[in-house]
Amino acid sequence: MTETTASAGWFTRLANPTRFISLSGRVLPWLAIATTFVIAFGLFMSFAAPEDYQQGSTVRIMFIHVPAAWLAMMCYTVMAVSAIGSLVWRHPLADVSVKAAAPIGAVFTALALITGSLWGKPMWGAWWVWDARLTSFFVLFLMYLGLIALYRAIDDATRVARLSAILVLIGFINIPIIKFSVEWWNTLHQPASVFRMDGPTIHPSLLYPLLLMAIGFTLLFFTLHFMGMRNEIWRRRVQIMRQNAARQIGADT
Amino acid sequence: MTHTTFVALSYAAAVLLIGGLALSIWLDGRARRREIAALETKGVRRRSTASKEQSHR
Repeated sequence: MTETTASAGWFTRLANPTRFISLSGRVLPWLAIATTFVIAFGLFMSFAAPEDYQQGSTVRIMFIHVPAAWLAMMCYTVMAVSAIGSLVWRHPLADVSVKAAAPIGAVFTALALITGSLWGKPMWGAWWVWDARLTSFFVLFLMYLGLIALYRAIDDATRVARLSAILVLIGFINIPIIKFSVEWWNTLHQPASVFRMDGPTIHPSLLYPLLLMAIGFTLLFFTLHFMGMRNEIWRRRVQIMRQNAARQIGADT
Repeated sequence: MTHTTFVALSYAAAVLLIGGLALSIWLDGRARRREIAALETKGVRRRSTASKEQSHR
């Protein structure tokens, strides 16, 4: 057996929604437990960390703002990969993944915007500025809302899957814009301080809680995403069952 | 407002938004499972199950 056939077999097996429900059902409790422990430990470390010499205690806002912002972008990247799966391979779970991820991404984006604003007021003296980072991030929030609205506006599942996949892929251009906005333009938002070519510029006492919270948020995302995907599969099953019931009634009369 | 207030508001927003999202997803799942159970009680089956049953006959 070649490596190609082995991976195709794995891919095909996972494409079966019933198998996904079964696998995710086994993984989810462990994922939820890991999420709870990592976030609890991350919060403990966040509040045990020293205050920043410039930001004071408001540095603790960073421990939720930064992971929320990272996850908002990672969620969109997951959606873009799923959109490719939906358009190219017609993977049955790909559209389910896009649809389930959209509200989660919207919430993480909203959280990053709100906590950023709550940090900005005491540090910058402004709740909001229309600089490139903040504006592009706000556009990401609007894109999430647009996708949710699109799924609600169109009943035809095949049509909405294709339209949303195209929209997600077009919108993906915003992700590098968000990432590099602080380098391409003169922004009030500070440049990257963790993922840099010359290494993080944050002191380890603040960096470790931040990274731990980021891992916790990532686990949280996958927990919620798996739950959302299961819900979407069940929602589609209910639809099919209702259609079958209606057809049966039609055949009987 | 003090710095502590801004920190408290941020964490409250996180609890509210993430808690609300988790709760809504959990409630959605529970509602869908109940719907499926109710339909199955009425004897409604998915097509794949029905066709599998037919092929076994």
